[in-house]
Amino acid sequence: MAGSPDTHSQRPDTPAAATGASGGPWAIELEKISKSFGPVRANKDIDLNVRRGSIHGIVGENGAGKSTLMSILYGFYTADSGTIKVNGKAHTITDSRHALALGIGMVHQHFMLVDNMTVLDNVVLGAERSALLSRTLDRARAELIKLGKEYSLEVDPDALIENISVGQQQRVEILKALFRGADTLILDEPTGVLTPAEADHLFRVLETLRTEGKTVILITHKLREIMAITDSVSVMRAGEMVKTLPTSETDPEQLAELMVGRRVLLRVEKQPPNVGDVVLEVANLSVTDRQGVARVKNVSLSVRSGEIVGIAGVSGNGQSELLEAISGIIDPSSGTIAIGGVPLDIRGDDGAARARKAGLAHVPEDRHRMGLVTNFEEWENSILGYETYPAYGKGMMLDIAAARAEAQKRIEMFDIRPADIGLQTANFSGGNQQKIVLAREMDRDLKVLIVGQPTRGVDIGAIEFIHKQIIAMRDAGKAVLLVSVELDEIRSLSDRILVMFDGEIVGEADPETASESALGMMMAGIGQTETAQ
Amino acid sequence: MDLELILSMANATLRLATPLLLAALAGLYSERSGIFDIGLEGKMLAAAFAAAATAAVTGSAWLGLFAGVAVSIMTTMVQGFASITLKGNQMIAGVAVTMLAAGLTTFLGQTWFGQGGRTPQLSGDARFERIILPYANELSGVPIVGPIYAWVLSGHYILVYIAFLAVPATAFVLYRTRFGLRLRAVGENPKAVDTAGISVTFQRYQAIFITGILAGLSGAYFSIAQGAGFGNEMTAGKGYVALAALIFSKWRPVPVMFTCLLFGFLDALQIRMQSTELPLIGEVPVQAIQALPYVLTVVLLAGFIGRAVGPKAGGVPYVKER
Repeated sequence: MAGSPDTHSQRPDTPAAATGASGGPWAIELEKISKSFGPVRANKDIDLNVRRGSIHGIVGENGAGKSTLMSILYGFYTADSGTIKVNGKAHTITDSRHALALGIGMVHQHFMLVDNMTVLDNVVLGAERSALLSRTLDRARAELIKLGKEYSLEVDPDALIENISVGQQQRVEILKALFRGADTLILDEPTGVLTPAEADHLFRVLETLRTEGKTVILITHKLREIMAITDSVSVMRAGEMVKTLPTSETDPEQLAELMVGRRVLLRVEKQPPNVGDVVLEVANLSVTDRQGVARVKNVSLSVRSGEIVGIAGVSGNGQSELLEAISGIIDPSSGTIAIGGVPLDIRGDDGAARARKAGLAHVPEDRHRMGLVTNFEEWENSILGYETYPAYGKGMMLDIAAARAEAQKRIEMFDIRPADIGLQTANFSGGNQQKIVLAREMDRDLKVLIVGQPTRGVDIGAIEFIHKQIIAMRDAGKAVLLVSVELDEIRSLSDRILVMFDGEIVGEADPETASESALGMMMAGIGQTETAQ
Repeated sequence: MDLELILSMANATLRLATPLLLAALAGLYSERSGIFDIGLEGKMLAAAFAAAATAAVTGSAWLGLFAGVAVSIMTTMVQGFASITLKGNQMIAGVAVTMLAAGLTTFLGQTWFGQGGRTPQLSGDARFERIILPYANELSGVPIVGPIYAWVLSGHYILVYIAFLAVPATAFVLYRTRFGLRLRAVGENPKAVDTAGISVTFQRYQAIFITGILAGLSGAYFSIAQGAGFGNEMTAGKGYVALAALIFSKWRPVPVMFTCLLFGFLDALQIRMQSTELPLIGEVPVQAIQALPYVLTVVLLAGFIGRAVGPKAGGVPYVKER
């Protein structure tokens, strides 16, 4: 199903509505859809045709306008101008109820479920057939079981949403749409929250839906998914529809280029490392969580100047706790840490501040939970954690002018967009928020850089930039410790890979020689230690 | 303790729990829909005044009740307009309504009746009468059941019976009807309701309409049933106690009833204790005893409730993204 690797030259656009006779092959036809939010034009004259019974992918970076476009189709927003045709007939979709009546269902990126109600209640919500619930519920239960079997979407109708897994919650969302008789199903970034196995199952479900004659619109920024499952793909950039192509005639490189608007290196380029002395030394570190469960078990590792050590592992095997212990956020139960041979006491509430003073910079895994205060202005976040440093003022007073000047400098250095230090941080895209954190942590005199999930929720264009910055830190002689659940990222950035499983370092590998399957085995806790060098 | 004392305490408990129960159920509808209602007190006060004033002028308790409920609904709609349509701060809207009611009732009372803000004493048809349940006298001789029927359950104002019937009715509405399903959903995750094709705004207005009715009944109970006329600040913070009861019972109708009965009992106890001397302590100052229900409210809320997680979307105006 992969794209044919023939020519990379420009292809002519597939003409819009080439066979767009009324009631023709299109389930959905959008013509010249525009939508603005204040001064922001989220959608500009978008044309899109979706063939009935196909899986149609829409790709684009965050903020390209994909979700807005689909929210318009689903009646959540109303377009400023343009026409929507469903099965060849023009409709003005006024609200979601109308869209549902036209057979359009949507699975939102953030699920629209009521957590403390049952699966059954959630499915019938808004589709109750009478004022009293009991008959509706009985009928819905039978229907749910039937649909569950038909599309392998089994869920316990009486389970509370808050007690089922994210993958199951997504099934409920799909069932909600099918229960309402949806013929066209829109899925917005459906795999972002799923484990690989759950994602595979979802794709099988989507294929079943296609076989049953349903139309699926899949919004994603993961090109691998587009190549694997879609029949055709539309690329959006900066609110505009760039191109629509049959999936079989394209490849990830071309799609990435169309998304970003320039050629993108999907592979990281770097020189051989120039390794120096050991800078970060972690010895026999253990972390026990509040429930008394050992999360990190006797981990020892060292990072030398000028090298990137990557920690690979399936999420939840102690990597997060390891990072947080080294950076002084949580207290280890035992073990020592030294930077440049000097022991570092990272225990207590001010451990993180001491670690920072000793030259350890930390880019946390979750920028919203730890890295940023999203309702602060950009410049405020730009000094967060360093606000007591002499550069930003004396005593109780902040030197706001100095802090703003520095924020301005960094916004240019890291190409943070929009370049407005007074903008609320929540209004930056994920990639730009991540750059704000990176800029704050990297732009100072540091010895060790600890980075967790540097590109989670970040666009392709920004990923390339962030990777370059991390390599630049390495080349400047810093010791870099990288944790990521994206194995590709670990393999392409690291000079050495450590694999973590169940709180322990179970192996070390050379990224040049280690095979993906060997790493996968180690990550699953199977197999022998593979030693590089 | 003799039987008569127990029976009269039980009777007083029902009587004193009634306005709390009506108010707490009023709050339940509003808060379950995601609108925090700190303005219960104000609506009750406005309703109490309107009911007493109308009853005084027309001589009809029923017209008084109708006016009380109508004014309460109007007040609720003002508060709702601020917090639903204008998406204002719900706390401030509630506090504003309460302050407005406190000031306006006194002012209008003084302007219209010239009795220092009070309404004239109500008598006859202008005030509700106690209802003697059928065969209460005949059955009072039957052991155990008889006295309970005749001395505890019988002989209350009609609003008492309405309040306690409203409990199963609310439970049914909440858990067995389409309206209730949507009500619970809109307070937890309004976006889920919106994407399911239901208007969040309309759903919330419907909910607070019921809040208005129940708060109106509660307010009217003070001035034309339990009392005979309106007096300044006559609801005496009961709207806040009802809110406490609502939180304590985690926004569920049947626990709301039991919590209100508990608070009603404390109130009855307080009245009973005012004239008695306690062993060892002697006579306790009236103020200390009057404060008892409120002190216990604080203790109960702080100590026994555990984690009270209200409707998740409560207090947050619903705005579509961006």
